[in-house]
Amino acid sequence: MLAMLDDVMWTYQSVVYSVGINGILALSMYVVLAIGQLSLGQAAFMGIGAYTGALLTLKLGLPFPIVLAGSALVPAAVALLIGGPTLRLTGVYLAIATIGLGEVFRILFVNWDYAGGALGLSAIPERGSALLIYGLLIVFLVGFLALGRSRIGRAMEAMREDEVAAGVMGVNLPVYRMAALVTSAMLAGIAGALSAHVSSFIGPNDYGFDAAVTILSYALLGGIGSPLGPVLGSTVLTLLPEVLRPLADFRLLINGMIIVLAVLFMPRGVLPWRMARTG
Amino acid sequence: MTAMPSSALLTATGLTRAFQGLLAVDHVDFAVQAGTVHGIIGPNGAGKTTLFNLISGLLEPTEGTVSLDGRPIERLSAHRRAALGVARTFQNIRIFSEMTVLENVMTGRHCRLGAGLGGILLRLPGFRREEVAAKEAARAHLAFVGLAEMADRRAGDLPYGDQRRLEIARALAAEPRLLLLDEPAAGMNPAETRALMPLLRQLRERGITVLLVEHDMHFVMNLCDRITVINFGRRIAEGTPREMRENPAVIEAYLGTKATSRRGRGAVPVTTTTDALG
Repeated sequence: MLAMLDDVMWTYQSVVYSVGINGILALSMYVVLAIGQLSLGQAAFMGIGAYTGALLTLKLGLPFPIVLAGSALVPAAVALLIGGPTLRLTGVYLAIATIGLGEVFRILFVNWDYAGGALGLSAIPERGSALLIYGLLIVFLVGFLALGRSRIGRAMEAMREDEVAAGVMGVNLPVYRMAALVTSAMLAGIAGALSAHVSSFIGPNDYGFDAAVTILSYALLGGIGSPLGPVLGSTVLTLLPEVLRPLADFRLLINGMIIVLAVLFMPRGVLPWRMARTG
Repeated sequence: MTAMPSSALLTATGLTRAFQGLLAVDHVDFAVQAGTVHGIIGPNGAGKTTLFNLISGLLEPTEGTVSLDGRPIERLSAHRRAALGVARTFQNIRIFSEMTVLENVMTGRHCRLGAGLGGILLRLPGFRREEVAAKEAARAHLAFVGLAEMADRRAGDLPYGDQRRLEIARALAAEPRLLLLDEPAAGMNPAETRALMPLLRQLRERGITVLLVEHDMHFVMNLCDRITVINFGRRIAEGTPREMRENPAVIEAYLGTKATSRRGRGAVPVTTTTDALG
């Protein structure tokens, strides 16, 4: 009896963590979609953050705040490096290039023996707490809401609607593209480090194409009229498999159908509300 | 007409743009005097919009220079030119449809706003003051073009003529020294076009230099201090509206050597042209 209760608690806790971490990933997706870029590199940045964090904890034993900072800065540096050549691409070309990026890092992790190679890293000590995860999520969410209601939010929405017109209004397009990519990489990196420190194990195949599409679907389902949309989307998509658990074998089928129907009938997302842009 | 000031705000020298060998703009020289309304006319496909793109920074010239107040700007990106005081509207309206009318105009002010990231995130007083001032300025520009009542409407829901005026308000929000208007009267009804003329005259009185491309000859002839005529990418004439009416090269460009129009859809109707030029 006690063992069962413990089991339920354990399951419950991991879902609570996932909702918060996926919320941060959803914001990482939001920041690039908000300026009209389709980047699928979030999973790769998450992986870089997860590996950075796990290595800093396991090999160097650094305190967790420093680990988190490192997990934000390393993906940010990678974003700065790849941003130059890739941000000249737009639309589906950028998506393809960033999918390629994910594959490059997967293969890198598989062949990197110091980081466990194909087996990944295990026995990562548990450092995250629900308080920390949700605290960060709320800080980021409030930050994006504040940013949205300013000249920066207007410039971002202007870019999404019409980049040429935005440039003529004085929006420095290359700087905004780079800033969005770097911010996105930092958020994904932090989410990666948090997930590594609550799940105790990471492997090179956790951050591939599947993960990239899942993160994109958070924003598609939620809608990008405000940062709340993607976070709602990630919450729904994280909880849905749990809620549908009684359906047993039909669970994944129904899960998929709900997503398809939502995208078909709510093309602007579950939360189509568009936030105001004046501060 | 106001007196003609003597200093040139915008100067184009040998301005050329080739598209795969086709010279859309071919060694064009012209100068726009500060404080004037300057018109560019020419048949469809003459290179007028390409010229605008070269001035506003959407295209780089193959050859030649563009200078604003003597400073070469032809290699600067569009946002740098906006900061230096070049604003424009588009022939095919490019408003931000999902935003409100007021937000559109405030976006136009982007190049004049400087609140930092910290100020924005922490809602510091400096940022708040700047936003309030930007909002007030935007409302004033909307009132100027007659859209004050529409401030909170979704921009994409406005009728066509109102969208054109919104684009002008958005461009004015950048506090430009040089305002480029690409066919401001296109798609407007005669009453709207008539209402636009005093508006642009007021801009001139405020000291904003206006460079416009327009097909409505009555509009151009009555409003402009000077006119540059372009055909096949080349400048074929320049002068006052009166001079252009009598210029044989201009008459030929518009009417052909025979008095029948060879041009297709959207060409200047021959009757209008004859009225205006004759």
